Amino acid sequence: MSKKWLGLAAAGISAAMVLTACGGGGGNDDGGGSDISVDDSAISSVVDESAEKGGTLKYAHSDQFDSLDPGNTYYAANWDFTRYYARTLVTYPQKPGQKGQEPVPDLATDLGEVSDDGLTWTYTLKKDLKFQDGSDITSEDVKYAIARSNFAPESLNKGPNYFFQLLESGDYEGPYKDDNLDNFEGVTTPDDRTIEFHLKEPFAEFDYLAAMPQTAPVPADADTGTQYQTDVVSSGPYQFKGEWTPGQQLTLVRNEEYDPETDPLTRNRPDEVQVKFKQEENDRDKRLINGDLHVDVAGLGVEASARQDILRNDDLKANADNPQTGFLLYFAINPNVKPFDDKACREAILYGADKTAMQGAWGGSIAGDIATNMLPPSIPGYKDTAPYGTEGQTGSKKKTEAALEECGMPDGFSTNISYRSDRDKEKKAAEALQQSLQQYGIKTDLKGYPAGTYTSEQAGSPEFVKREELGIIAYGWGADWPSGYGFMSQIMHGDSIKDAGNSNLSELDDPEVNKLLDKSATTDDPSSREQMYSDVNALAMESATFLPYLNQKALLYRPESLSNVYFSEAYKMYDYSALGLEQN
Amino acid sequence: MIRYILRRLAAGVVLLLVVTMVVFAIFFLVPRLAGIDSDGLAARYVGKSPSPEAIAAVKERLNLDEPITVQYGEFVSGLVMGTEYDSGTDVIHCDAPCFGYSFKTNTEVWPQLVDRLPVTGSLAIGAAVIWVVAGVSIGVLSALRRGSLLDRAAMITALAGVSLPIFFTGLVSLALLSYYWPIFPPGGSYTGITENPLAWAHALVLPWVTLAFLYAAMYARLTRAGMLDTMGEDFIRTARAKGLPERTVVTKHGLRAALTPIITIFGLDFGLMLGGAVLTESTFSLPGLGKFAVDAIRGNDLPVVLGVTMLTAAFVVVCNLIVDVLYAWVDPRVRVGA
Repeated sequence: MSKKWLGLAAAGISAAMVLTACGGGGGNDDGGGSDISVDDSAISSVVDESAEKGGTLKYAHSDQFDSLDPGNTYYAANWDFTRYYARTLVTYPQKPGQKGQEPVPDLATDLGEVSDDGLTWTYTLKKDLKFQDGSDITSEDVKYAIARSNFAPESLNKGPNYFFQLLESGDYEGPYKDDNLDNFEGVTTPDDRTIEFHLKEPFAEFDYLAAMPQTAPVPADADTGTQYQTDVVSSGPYQFKGEWTPGQQLTLVRNEEYDPETDPLTRNRPDEVQVKFKQEENDRDKRLINGDLHVDVAGLGVEASARQDILRNDDLKANADNPQTGFLLYFAINPNVKPFDDKACREAILYGADKTAMQGAWGGSIAGDIATNMLPPSIPGYKDTAPYGTEGQTGSKKKTEAALEECGMPDGFSTNISYRSDRDKEKKAAEALQQSLQQYGIKTDLKGYPAGTYTSEQAGSPEFVKREELGIIAYGWGADWPSGYGFMSQIMHGDSIKDAGNSNLSELDDPEVNKLLDKSATTDDPSSREQMYSDVNALAMESATFLPYLNQKALLYRPESLSNVYFSEAYKMYDYSALGLEQN
Repeated sequence: MIRYILRRLAAGVVLLLVVTMVVFAIFFLVPRLAGIDSDGLAARYVGKSPSPEAIAAVKERLNLDEPITVQYGEFVSGLVMGTEYDSGTDVIHCDAPCFGYSFKTNTEVWPQLVDRLPVTGSLAIGAAVIWVVAGVSIGVLSALRRGSLLDRAAMITALAGVSLPIFFTGLVSLALLSYYWPIFPPGGSYTGITENPLAWAHALVLPWVTLAFLYAAMYARLTRAGMLDTMGEDFIRTARAKGLPERTVVTKHGLRAALTPIITIFGLDFGLMLGGAVLTESTFSLPGLGKFAVDAIRGNDLPVVLGVTMLTAAFVVVCNLIVDVLYAWVDPRVRVGA
C-alpha cells in the first residue's frame, strides 16, 4: 500500500477517534458552557394534567430490578414502580413538592393510630378490597407479608429489615420455618380488617414504614418464596400478564378486580405497562428523546451524551427537569485509621478540600449542588449551614495549614482514598480531592474496588478498612424515607456499624448522636424531631468524620407523549403511578 | 476417526473442568486470599443494608463456611447429578446439567442460558454468513487485482473495520439508520424468529452488519494474504498450463488451499461468538449471552458467570473439533490422525 493511501486511511481513523471522544462525553458535561437551566416545571407542578386513559406506557431499565417481589426489594425505583400492583397500608400522595412526601392512607382507612405508650400501632383495612383473583384482602394477608419479608432472611433478604428490628417478635423464625402464623406475635390481627403492630420501643415515624412495599398483602397460599416475584398476586390496578421470567420483558395489564373507589391515588391511566430490562444507556436515552420510550424506570437521569443533546437544544430543554435526587455524595473520614484518630488531621482534610473541583468531576452544576452539611435540603430539619466551609468552597490554605500544625504534622501526611472503580465520576471526584490535598503535603493513594463488593467486602468491612488503611472513603447515601431518621440512622448511629455490609463508614459511635436519634424515634412532635435531626447533623459535622460535597441532581427527560408528569419528593423521580399517555 | 473425535471430546471435558476450577477460584478463592471472610462473601448475596441474621442465613445456605474444595465439589456434583434449592415454600429441583442457581435473581441459570442462546445464535450465524461471504470474496478479488483501485479501497475499508470499535460503529449506525433515517428499529427491538421472522431479521440487520464489518475486514486481509501466497505456487502454474479455466484455478486450487487458516480462525471466532458477542449485544441491547455474562460479572453473580464461561468453552471445543474434521475435506494433504 502506498504512503498516500496509508495517510488517507490514518486521517479517516483519526477523525473517527475524535468523533468517538466527542460522543463519549467526559469532563464537564454542562453542554458547552451555555445556559444550562432546563424547564423544571415537573419539579413544582403537574405537567400536562389529563384525565385521559389508554395506551401502552413503555419503560426501560439499563439493569434490572433487584426483585419484583414487593417484600424483597430496596430501591426507590422499585418502590415507585410496585405501586402499580402492590398497594400498601399507607402510601405517598400524588402531589409535587414537599406535600408529596407526607404519608396518606392507602389500603388502611387512616394513618396509624398509636397507643398511649407508643408501643402499638393499629391500622384498619378499608372494606371490599380484593386481590386480582377476586378474593378478599384481609389483615392476615398483611401480617403474612410482614412475616415473610422480614423474618425469613434465608430466602428473602434484599429488602430493609426495619420491622424485624422494631417488632416484639421473640424468637419467631419466619413463615418458612414456622408455618403457624399465630407464633408471630409482633403483628396481631383481632379481626379481618384490623392490624396491630407491637413494637419493642416507640417509633414515631412508623407510618413511613407502613408505606414500604413490604406491607403490601400477600396471600399465604400463593406465596412461592424466592419465586414469588415471577407471579405476584396483585392488590393494585395492574397485574402481571402471565408468569414473568426474570430478565425478560415485564408486561402489566389491568386488574379487573381493582376498585378505584378504594384508592386515594389515580394510578390506572395506561391500558398496559411494559418494562424492558438491560437496555444500553445511550440507546435508551435516544429512544426516550425520540418518544419510542416513555420513561427510564431507574430514574437516575440521562447519560452524558444525551445530557449534551438536551442542554444544547431549547426544545428538548423544555421537556427536561433537573431536580435534586436526595442522594448526598460524601467522603467518610475514618477515625480508626491513623492519623485520623486526631480530629485536627481530619479537619485538615475538610479545610483542604476543593468542593468545586469535585462538583466539576461529576459534571458541574447540572450534576449537583455543592453540599455543605450532611442532610439533603429536601429532608425536614435541613438548615443551610456550612461547618468547615471555606470561601467559594474551594478550600482554605490558612485553615488547612493551621489544622496540620495542630495535628502535629505541619508538612502533611499520607493516607488512602477508596472509591468504586467502575464509577468513573466517583473516581474523578477522588482524584480532585487528591489534587486539592496535594498542595498541603497530604499525599493520598487512590484505591479502587468494584461497586459490587464495595459495601459488602471493602469499604463496608471495618476490619478491611483498618487493614488497608482506607482513611478516606468515597460514598453516597439516600434516605429510606423522607425524614432525618430515614436518612441518618444507617450512616451515623453507632448501632448500625456492622462487620460486613456496613454503611456507617465513618464508624461514628457518638453517644450524643445515638441518643438524639433514639430519642427522635420516640418523639411524636414532628417539629421537635426536625430540631433533633438538625442537631444530629451538626454533631456529625462537628465530628469531622464526614466531608459532604454534592447534593446530586439528575437530568430527567419527559417525552411530550406523557401526561400527568411530576417529580415525586418521596421517591425522588417521576411518580410512575400517576403517569398517563396523551391520546390523540 | 471416531476414536479421534472421542479423544478430542474427552480432552474437551477436562478443559471444561479446568475452566470451572479457574472461574470458581476467581470468585471464591481469590477473595479469601485477599482477606475477605465468609461474612463479606455472604454480603454479596443480600440487599444493600443487610442484617447480621441475613448474612448468617446466607452463609449457611451457600455453605460459605465449608472448605473451598467442598464448595467446589458440590458445584461439580450439581452439574453432573443435579441438585436442589430451597425457595422458602418449596424445594426447587435443578436437574442435571444444573449450572447452578443465581441468588441475585433467584432463578436457575440453565433456563436463562437457554433463553438467551437463540439471540446470540441469531446474531452469530447471521453475522458469520455476512463476514465469511464478504470477507473471503473481497480478499480473493483484492488478491487477484493486486494494486488496483479496488484492492486499495478494500484494504483501507478493511483497515477501518479492524480499527473502529464496535460500540462506535454500532452507535453511529443506530444514529444514522435508526434515528436520523428510521429505516431500522432502535436497539432493544429484538423479536424471536418464531414470533415474527420479518421483525427478527429487521431488528438484526444493523447488529449483523456492525459485527460482520469487524470480522469481514480481518477475513478479507487474511484471505488476500493467503491467496497471494497460493496463487504464486507451482501447482497453480501447473493448473493453468493444463488449460483449466481461470475460475477453476482460483476457486478449486487457489482458494481451497488458502482456506485452511481461515477455517481455523473461523472455528475459534465462531465458537467464541456463540458464547456471546459482548459489545454488539450491549450496544444494541440484545438480550444475549454476552450481555448476560457482563451483567453477571458486574453483579458478582458467580453461577451465571460460570454457566456462560462453560458454555463458551464448550462451543469453542466443539467448533475446533468440527474445524479439524473439515481440514481433511478442504485440504487433502491433511489426514486426520496422521
